[in-house]
Amino acid sequence: MDKIFTKPKSLRDIPTHYCPGCGHGVAHRLVCEVVDELDIREKVIGVTPIGCAVIAYDYWEFDCCEAAHGRALAVATGIKRMRPHNLVFTYQGDGDLAAIGTAETIHAANRGENLTVIFINNAVYGMTGGQMAPTTLLEQKTATTPLGRCAKLEGYPLKISELLSCLPGVYSIERVSTDSPAKVLSAKKAIKQAFINQMEGKGFSLVEILSACPTYLGLKPIDSVKWMAETMTKEFPLGKIK
Amino acid sequence: MSEKILITGNEAIAEAAIQAGARFYAGYPITPQNEIPAYMAKRMPEVGGVFIQSESELAAISMVMGAAACGFRALTSSSSPGISLKQEGISYIAGAELPAVIVNIMRAGPGLGNIWPAQSDYFQATKGGGHGDYHNIVLAPASVQEAFDLTQFAFELADKYRNPVMVLGDGLLGQMMEPILVPRSSFLVPREESKQSTKHEAQSTKTWALTGCKDRKPNLVASFRMREGDLEKLNQHLQEKYQEIEGKEQGFEALDIADANTIIVAYGTMARIAKGAIKTLRAKNIKVGLIRPITLWPFPKDIFDRVKGQGLRVKFLAVEMSYGQMVEDVRLAVGSEYMVEFLGRSGGGIPSEEEIAYSVERIADRKTKRYPLNAKR
Amino acid sequence: MTEKIIVAGFGGQGIMIMSKFLSCLAVATDRFTTYLPAYGAEVRGGTAHCMVIISDEEIYSPLIEKADSAIIMNEPSLIRFENRIKEGGVLFLNKSLINIKPKRNDFKTIEVPFTEIAQGTGNIKCANAVALGAYLAYKKIAPEDKIYAVLYKMLDGLSKEIIALNQKALEEGLNYGLPR
Repeated sequence: MDKIFTKPKSLRDIPTHYCPGCGHGVAHRLVCEVVDELDIREKVIGVTPIGCAVIAYDYWEFDCCEAAHGRALAVATGIKRMRPHNLVFTYQGDGDLAAIGTAETIHAANRGENLTVIFINNAVYGMTGGQMAPTTLLEQKTATTPLGRCAKLEGYPLKISELLSCLPGVYSIERVSTDSPAKVLSAKKAIKQAFINQMEGKGFSLVEILSACPTYLGLKPIDSVKWMAETMTKEFPLGKIK
Repeated sequence: MSEKILITGNEAIAEAAIQAGARFYAGYPITPQNEIPAYMAKRMPEVGGVFIQSESELAAISMVMGAAACGFRALTSSSSPGISLKQEGISYIAGAELPAVIVNIMRAGPGLGNIWPAQSDYFQATKGGGHGDYHNIVLAPASVQEAFDLTQFAFELADKYRNPVMVLGDGLLGQMMEPILVPRSSFLVPREESKQSTKHEAQSTKTWALTGCKDRKPNLVASFRMREGDLEKLNQHLQEKYQEIEGKEQGFEALDIADANTIIVAYGTMARIAKGAIKTLRAKNIKVGLIRPITLWPFPKDIFDRVKGQGLRVKFLAVEMSYGQMVEDVRLAVGSEYMVEFLGRSGGGIPSEEEIAYSVERIADRKTKRYPLNAKR
Repeated sequence: MTEKIIVAGFGGQGIMIMSKFLSCLAVATDRFTTYLPAYGAEVRGGTAHCMVIISDEEIYSPLIEKADSAIIMNEPSLIRFENRIKEGGVLFLNKSLINIKPKRNDFKTIEVPFTEIAQGTGNIKCANAVALGAYLAYKKIAPEDKIYAVLYKMLDGLSKEIIALNQKALEEGLNYGLPR
């Protein structure tokens, strides 16, 4: 009998360490499904971030390299330049990609490095305990904005994808969400296209995935998904940015 | 067959790296080592390698980490303030046990300091520098020829121990030209030919390298060890490795120490200047010798043990372009029963032959241990 | 033999190339040599200097406290480096651009209008070659065939005109007829 739904070959059969309702599990799986479907498991090299997804490599059945906080795109640059025939991607959270690693992000994009970037935006810092992220919404309460993010003091949610889209070195940027099955499917499509872009030598492709962090939003998983759909997408509208 | 060429220390380091098979360089401009990235920008494409002027030193060292993780010989270079930024990546490279070469052409600090030669990054280079329990192997060339030779050796050591190796010079060494002997063919290799043979071809012995997991289990390059006990295991393994390095890789030059009453300890450019002082002093029949550490880590303790083992009544004078860093290792190496004096300047000034000679003569009369000399300026 | 030389002048006068010539000459005659340029935040057209040591023995410090010879191409350099010439040393002074006299008289001063001679040969930029010629004629640190060999090697790949120009300037210096 054929199984019609099964675990991707690239995804290890072990439970993850993520909280209930966390979006990382979905994003991990989507990456692995794409890797399987494109049959690139033996060619792919992943660069993992610092943050909740620091041990993403424990779940992935392909070569991986760690990077210091924010430096994933610098490490990936070193890898891709030396191994142009491998497929190299980074998997980074909002703090990694858009706060501590802003310089590495902008310059890798501006050099037009032929890389795929999976950018997980959940509007909060998870691993360190729910502090403000660069993408935290105004008035959103976090451990370090206990009264809510205030533009005057903490600035505005950083729209790094829009910012990057101004750079001529960038080939493609798309913002997707994981707040409904339909959106999960379109997220997968975007991820797949970002890998195909790299295979075709098109250059820097980034997929921003809005993702839920129920723990630090202080919401039930179902409510956090609702919050994403209703509130977060207002600040971070979905769709093709470039 | 070899030929003699006139070349700066910086360029010698760059060419040595190329000839050692390095095919990846990333760096950010900073004086006094700018000749290295400029040379690499021209030379790397000729041999099929990759040159990247990175957006920062933080990025440069991480790019090197990426290239090294793929099994390629990779290096970066900088000067003191830039090396401070690279400490993050160096710590990761040490933790992930990757081979990489880092060149520091030191300038004077702290802070922005100035661009004149100094040796005030000794602590940073030899004691770890970044966070965590790790060591770089640190090599200190004293001439342009040695800069060439030790850079090549640095890649051997880095691969042998899967450890970061630092080539530690100063602005004088980087900027100075001296004739060096290099294999005649090395600069004349038909460029296209070398391109073919080295293009993206990592050493196959590096089974840990990231190549894509074809016909094998996935490889992982990481320093992170979250599970209970795992990090201690890694650290114990690193410590065993460091012990092995300390046992096998100490390098030094000893000059005129057999009959010496005073032994100067100095490294790099400073040791050259000390040799000038020794020549003057020996002409005056003052018995003075030199120990020049070539490996700063591992510090060449064994030669000090040998001097002690001979029961010599000898005093030591550490001379540095700093306010006393290597001198601490000398004190640890010789123990409390020996007098260790210090002479140092940093910030633009370099202890001169006259200052060194004057200090040695003063120490020669000294009976008891005292605090550092105020050398005549 | 050990010869410590300070070469100084304006940026653009060919100070570094002149110094490199001296170091190359040392290599060509199988001697030890060090070449230490002033480096750093240099301004185009500002002052430039270089320290060259040539020796039959291993050279320790590349820094020159007291120079055996100084080739000084402009006035600010004379003011800056006069005190770095050792007692009994030799100062080669570009009379064309230096209107003041050295304060000290415990070294020998050889005044030659390097710039004017270079202008006479057809290119003011060759003042450095004239100065080299005058220095080498006086100091006799290498035979003429080696001097020309180094000249041709350093100018390798340049046009015949430029090589001829430099050679002529060098010869003018060599044949200037310096006092002994």
